[in-house]
Amino acid sequence: MSEAQKAVVTGVSSAVATPNSVSLKTFYSDMLLIRRFEERAGQLYGMGLIGGFCHLYIGQEAVVVGMQANVGPNDQVITAYRDHGHMLACGMDPKGVMAELTGRSTGYSKGKGGSMHMFSSEKHFFGGHGIVGAQIPLGTGLAFADKYRGTGGVTLTYLGDGAANQGQVYESFNMAQLWKLPVVYIIENNQYAMGTSVNRSSAQPQFYKRGASFNIPGEEVDGMDVEAVHAAGRKAIEWCRSGNGPMILEMKTYRYRGHSMSDPAKYRTREEVQTMREKRDPIEHLGQKLVSRGIATEDELKAIDKDIRLVVNTAAEFAIESPEPDLAELFTDVIA
Amino acid sequence: MSTQILMPALSPTMEEGKLAKWLVKEGDAVKSGDILAEIETDKATMEFEAVDEGRIGKILVAEGTEGVKVNSPIAVLVGDGEDAGAAAAPKAAPAAAPAAAKAVEAPAAPVTSIKLEDPSLPEGTEFVTMTVREALRDAMAEEMRRDETVFLMGEEVAQYQGAYKVSQGLLEEFGDKRVIDTPITEQGFAGLGVGAAFNGLKPIVEFMTWNFAMQAIDQIINSAAKTRYMSGGQMHSPIVFRGPNGAAARVGAQHSQDYSAWYASVPGLKVIAPYFAADAKALLKAAIRDPNPVVFLENEIVYGRSFPVPKIDDYVLPIGKARVVKPGKDATLVAYSICVGMILEAAEVLAKEGIDVELIDLRSLRPLDTDTVIESVKKTNRIVTVEQGWPICSIGSEIASQVIEKAFDWLDAPPTKVTGKDVPMPYAANLEKLALPTVEDVVAAVKAVCYRA
Repeated sequence: MSEAQKAVVTGVSSAVATPNSVSLKTFYSDMLLIRRFEERAGQLYGMGLIGGFCHLYIGQEAVVVGMQANVGPNDQVITAYRDHGHMLACGMDPKGVMAELTGRSTGYSKGKGGSMHMFSSEKHFFGGHGIVGAQIPLGTGLAFADKYRGTGGVTLTYLGDGAANQGQVYESFNMAQLWKLPVVYIIENNQYAMGTSVNRSSAQPQFYKRGASFNIPGEEVDGMDVEAVHAAGRKAIEWCRSGNGPMILEMKTYRYRGHSMSDPAKYRTREEVQTMREKRDPIEHLGQKLVSRGIATEDELKAIDKDIRLVVNTAAEFAIESPEPDLAELFTDVIA
Repeated sequence: MSTQILMPALSPTMEEGKLAKWLVKEGDAVKSGDILAEIETDKATMEFEAVDEGRIGKILVAEGTEGVKVNSPIAVLVGDGEDAGAAAAPKAAPAAAPAAAKAVEAPAAPVTSIKLEDPSLPEGTEFVTMTVREALRDAMAEEMRRDETVFLMGEEVAQYQGAYKVSQGLLEEFGDKRVIDTPITEQGFAGLGVGAAFNGLKPIVEFMTWNFAMQAIDQIINSAAKTRYMSGGQMHSPIVFRGPNGAAARVGAQHSQDYSAWYASVPGLKVIAPYFAADAKALLKAAIRDPNPVVFLENEIVYGRSFPVPKIDDYVLPIGKARVVKPGKDATLVAYSICVGMILEAAEVLAKEGIDVELIDLRSLRPLDTDTVIESVKKTNRIVTVEQGWPICSIGSEIASQVIEKAFDWLDAPPTKVTGKDVPMPYAANLEKLALPTVEDVVAAVKAVCYRA
């Protein structure tokens, strides 16, 4: 039995790789960038500057930051609609992301995609998909192409606990394992599929076991601990890159905000959210570690926060001041 | 007592087949379940089992005979004690004799003298006759030879050689890396194809029929068709979705739908529905090279029809151009896919009654070549559209609307649609016939717009 297969049985992984102090600080600032960016997006939504649906990633930052720290230049990333954090973690420009949220010509999709539909060929970010579950076959196809072309690339396909019950997930698992495709399925279990808790929607709530029927190894990971995510991600990506086929990582995480901006979140108690924020916050947790290990001082952390606030303010100003798309853009990019 | 063994129908659309091989000889005792012969249909070679017990009295159709009609006697089975030699060949037997093998005209292919003109072809271009099925296969093979990133995936496309034999020989030539049998999971493999297209490949995704693609329609529309727009032009999916569309024969409601109007309504897609083999080949090649997602609607019954195809290297036609199949002055008849065969037949009937119709094969449904249609209507002042799909929001509805908007003053009669009936496809043979448009319906509609009773 391989290490990864053992993990199916044993559950939570132990962090094997310890990132150095520089990367821990980077994790901290990357997570904080997402947090501040999302807070600002929420504010702009409240001001009517962002329309439609807007799904914030606050609380889940450790997942994408820990995972993305492992990717190489040939790797691909795809996710669903709670995608702002993924884009920032892929290195996309906060200005372009925020400007897309405000529907401006300077946004990544020229204002034509919006919060749920953003892409960057340059950063290998393949969206940003608004239909729950649709990104999973797509991500499997990205991996198929990498295997076909022999690029050595691995695809990170993110999905939520809600999407994990979609039929197309299992169609994808089947083909990915059958054809040994290099794809990591990262199930971000934030415990609520919109307003339906995992226990009310899922007959098997241990999502890392969902690949068992296909012999896909899975591992449960503390998604609030960026170091644990990073270590598990490294192992999984190596597993895929070595030609072993797909792997599943279940990230136990939590979103602090509603499903979208228009969600009153009556399906859970305020105390539950408050407890998670106080006891499990990934950014607070890492900040304390940095200080206690002597990697950073409180003042340094404050300085990081200040810099990030500046980046986010600049992005927000850019997004507010940029012009809306030219009316002629209505008919462009439909077909080549 | 002797019994006739009849040529079996081994598929819903089979009208005749080849008696490939006899596995018994005269005088052999057979019991039910014994394999008597191998029969080659237009889709596959199949074994044919005995139903009754007895001895083979006489073999009426020699092995290797092509074009043996369904239900014609191929052998005589005699009971125990009967003299095999005494079994008289029934009168009908000569009809299926090898001499008749020349009659290999594709099932129901209308006989016409239409010459397929293509001004882009050099003068003196030679033509070869081939089936639509072969033309499609050749198109894929040529593009796969030309471009390493083109691959074919779908149910039974590889080892089985295609559920309708369209991919015959491709596995052998290109190997299993590029000709890939999928599990029966349309949504999954359609989405996988789109993802592969995002990431540098040019997939051809075959649906065994378009009926099954409904399971995948979210991936075709939401993921393939919309991504170029949603990404501000950054990301696109050069992918071809292809397979037989519309009614086959006697397969009932869930296997007999024409999806033309559905896909033709979606911005971001191109939609092609050819009839002639030359167009099938040239447009499939164009579809594979196209940087957009293309829905390529074939027809099971048309697969076996034979037409001339220009014998030139790399025959590619532009997508979005209709073909004026025959010029005429009295009325315009517009169709696509299998119904082009129907308007060709109707034209012959109408010619005998002194009505000269102009025939337009749309070939592409998106973009729809309304210019060619409008130009024709301005000349004939009358238009009838023909399709197998449902009448509401049909291709004909769209054409009628455009004609009314753009050529209202030229019209001498209301634009008229001949379509399938507004019901799910019935199974019973008589009801199915009633549900589909017929040549008679087309003739009647043309006469009506010409005010000829």
